[in-house]
Amino acid sequence: MEGAPLKLHGMWASFYVHRVQLVLHLKGVEYEYVEEDLSNKSRALLLQNPVHKKVPVLLHGDRPIAESTIIIEYIDEFWREKPILPTDPYERAVVRFWCHFVDDTLRPSFGAILRSSAEGQGAAVDNFRQNLEFLEAELRDGFCKGRKFFGGERIGLLDIVMGCGLYWNSASEDVLGLKIIDQESFPFFTSWFESFNEAKEVKEVIPPTEKLVEYVKGLLQKMFN
Amino acid sequence: MAEAEVKLLGTWSSPFVLRIKWALKLKGVEYDFIEEDLQNKSPLLLKYNPVHKKVPVLVHDGKSIAESYVILEYIDETWKENPILPEDPYQRAMARFWSKFGDEKFLPSMWKFFISQGEKREEALVSASENLKILEGELKGKKFFNGETLGFADISLGWIVDTVSLLEEIMELKMIDEQRYPSLSAWMKNFSDFPGIKDSFPPQERMLTKYRTLREAYFATTRGTN
Repeated sequence: MEGAPLKLHGMWASFYVHRVQLVLHLKGVEYEYVEEDLSNKSRALLLQNPVHKKVPVLLHGDRPIAESTIIIEYIDEFWREKPILPTDPYERAVVRFWCHFVDDTLRPSFGAILRSSAEGQGAAVDNFRQNLEFLEAELRDGFCKGRKFFGGERIGLLDIVMGCGLYWNSASEDVLGLKIIDQESFPFFTSWFESFNEAKEVKEVIPPTEKLVEYVKGLLQKMFN
Repeated sequence: MAEAEVKLLGTWSSPFVLRIKWALKLKGVEYDFIEEDLQNKSPLLLKYNPVHKKVPVLVHDGKSIAESYVILEYIDETWKENPILPEDPYQRAMARFWSKFGDEKFLPSMWKFFISQGEKREEALVSASENLKILEGELKGKKFFNGETLGFADISLGWIVDTVSLLEEIMELKMIDEQRYPSLSAWMKNFSDFPGIKDSFPPQERMLTKYRTLREAYFATTRGTN
């Protein structure tokens, strides 16, 4: 597999794809990017990811890998320099736990805000904020206390999983006309997010926030009409 | 040096807890099992899993780990005998992929089938069967999802072995028959015969009662609604 070409099927505004792009960039691994039209999926994508038919899909030589966190762990295990995950098993467990939390609990509770009725919105926002408080607490006085990033001095898996996609929050705040993640309630999270956005690799890889926010606002407006 | 202490907080019936028992057994790790009453959660559970307040939770040297996949990976990285995940990064990715498929696609489709009635039941059965076909396709020619020996994906999918037979009995239909699913049928037998797995499933009668009650309770709460 050494030297086998890498191809990433993606969509420019998908944060799941951004995660993988960021990891490849952080590791200095070359790859070819293939933009997919999700309303007209390429035959290649359907062949490589027949089970889910989604992006991202990473093709390493002739081997397809799907699901963003699985792709990232693959990349981290194949190219061992500049690790994305810590080496200690317990620390790895903590990182993985929070990554699952972001994808299985935090993000769905954010989605619930978007789908809530006018009456239910308050409760949905409260629920999301309660979930976010767990991460705030980790940064404030938990496992990640005193760290610039969740991963320490360098961006790690949790930073990537949490950081990619937060433009959904900005877009939603604009469209809904309410502040969901405010600095007063989440000072550590806000500060962490600033560090994430300022990181060189994030700026190099992730499309400009304004462009992503506009795209998401377009989706949301369609959703609400 | 103090002796390493391993505790597993769980319930007798949870398939997610059972995965962890299998992994610990395969690796020869001694542990204390603490049965939790999920209707009356203990201070210990609330202390060790404050975020989700669920089982399983593994406690090792006072450090707690929650979420069954996270625990499985931790166990494999901490106790190196009888590896659950293969060495090769691609095989590892495949193992994780199929575990995720089992929990995020197949399990919900089975649950949906279990709680459906009438027309919806037929649709749900079709959906669950499509997932079964996918698993059958992945298994083809292999003794286990991991190859010649049992591994991560097998442990993650092992709940199929007893849960599907339970559902078949309650729903009165054969889901995994040898004709349509020869590889899966063989896998179910290979899996349950494997040393460490054999005789580890929760008592069938008790599970039948539990699942029947669950189903009835679900129908009772949705009666009168669409």
